[in-house]
Amino acid sequence: MQIYLPIAEVSVNGLGLLLIGGMVGLLSGMFGVGGGFILTPLLFFIGIPPAVAVASAANQIAGSSFSAFLGHVRRKTVDFRMGGVMLTGGVLGSALGVAIFTRLRTLGQFDLVVSLLYVVMLGTIGTLMLTESLRALRRRNDPNAVLVPRRRHTWAHGLPLKMRFHTSKLYVSAIPPFVIGAVVGILGAVMGVGGGFIMVPAMIYLIGMPTKVVVGTSVFQFLFVTGFTAVMHATQSGTVDVMLALILLVGGVVGAQLGVGLAAKLRAEQLRILLAALVLVVCLKLASDLVLTPDEFFSLSLM
Amino acid sequence: MMPRPAIRTILALALLLLALPAAASQESVVTGVSTDNIALNATFDGSELFVFGAIRREAPPPTDAGPLDVIVTIKGPLRTVKVRHKERRLGIWMNTDSLTVRLAPSFYAIATTRPLDKILSETERLRWQIGMDEAVRRVGGHNTIEDTTPYTDALIRLKAARGSYQQLEGGVSVIEDTLFRAHFELPANLVEGDYDAQFFLVRQEAVISSASSVIRVEKTGIERWIYNLSRSRPLLYGLGSVLAALAGGWLAAQAFHLARR
Repeated sequence: MQIYLPIAEVSVNGLGLLLIGGMVGLLSGMFGVGGGFILTPLLFFIGIPPAVAVASAANQIAGSSFSAFLGHVRRKTVDFRMGGVMLTGGVLGSALGVAIFTRLRTLGQFDLVVSLLYVVMLGTIGTLMLTESLRALRRRNDPNAVLVPRRRHTWAHGLPLKMRFHTSKLYVSAIPPFVIGAVVGILGAVMGVGGGFIMVPAMIYLIGMPTKVVVGTSVFQFLFVTGFTAVMHATQSGTVDVMLALILLVGGVVGAQLGVGLAAKLRAEQLRILLAALVLVVCLKLASDLVLTPDEFFSLSLM
Repeated sequence: MMPRPAIRTILALALLLLALPAAASQESVVTGVSTDNIALNATFDGSELFVFGAIRREAPPPTDAGPLDVIVTIKGPLRTVKVRHKERRLGIWMNTDSLTVRLAPSFYAIATTRPLDKILSETERLRWQIGMDEAVRRVGGHNTIEDTTPYTDALIRLKAARGSYQQLEGGVSVIEDTLFRAHFELPANLVEGDYDAQFFLVRQEAVISSASSVIRVEKTGIERWIYNLSRSRPLLYGLGSVLAALAGGWLAAQAFHLARR
């Protein structure tokens, strides 16, 4: 079933696209990660122009986090005050990211930069995940292994502009959450990722938020930041393909629900190794595309 | 499923544009369109266009003039295109130089009865600006690139690979020396606007008559609507896209929960 994507201006197999969405959704349901970091490169591989892939991914993430967000609100696991500070940073970061995106596109270097960023990011995440899960596998056989306790006080607590966050039961500086939000906003706009893989660890280890509210708060942040990013991309560069986003979204939501069920039945460590391997494979493919001699030395872009 | 490619027909009616004095031979192209406003249904794999025409004669066809050939060209709205060139820098392939081609047709098809170089002399071809190289001739000012040929060649090659530029040898069939028909397959990413259709009658490597008409191409269908909205009202489109995604995500989740129960 060929589907013509109006903004990407390519015809793709609709079923294949649905499957990609589903697969990434499955991963996100199983591992609790957003999946944007794997979705966007996969879109590059099937021939979606990188700029359209990135902008549409932002749109798709906004859609897929909405029902998750509602669930977290119902369970009262969102720190709105903390999320609000991160959101403010996120919106500013996103605006900056969209400006960088547009600039890189006029220079003709967007594809290269985004590929390089992905190679670095996926390489880092994949390696960390692989070593971590291998260590976890080994630790399972060791009865003396203990969990690393959450640090209540980090250097981030010494910064000025302190605010009281009731839901998180914290009295900390607003600077770290603002900066984290801004970094994630830039990454979202340039790379089409939600940024959970950076935000969640930072919230736990840097700010010291209780794990209970971390996911809900980050979902709240990227629901609004990715939504804002998508609108910015639509107005600044016209690269949001709503058709692409919606197909991926439907696949993704169904995949995520299946993934949650599946994760309960399977052993987490082995799965994590598989995900790490997948991330590294995607990373290698992107890297080889940059290094190997291409078939075509020329490319076209409309002005 | 969506319908098969829409078949739209341009019927020969009475639109006559004589460009050459028909003294040498009494033959001329009679062609036209049934309506100058045709809607193309935007389907996933493009659409088809049929062009019909007739040859009008004051006298019986000359016997000593060799075979009669017909060339039909269709040229879409002009667009500025940037052709970028990749080179290896620090081991990585990256875009280095670029050439701006102003006024490159978004679509260009040339259909002929026989191979173009067999039926038309090079001088005549250049004179009438027939051929892809002629279509992308106009290059924007760029001082750093000395030889622009690889760039324009690449433009033609890439456009041809996408079906936007086509050379259809044998794409025109002449029936009993008086009627001709050409068939074009239009790609899915067709640009809306005015398309120039040109018709050339050729004998002895020279154009003996030509005619032209304008086809207004409009696309219908949801894809076109989405595209047009994104270009004319980007803010509305962006907000709509996000709202659609929120609703879509929520509905898909609800539907899944319902199905599970």
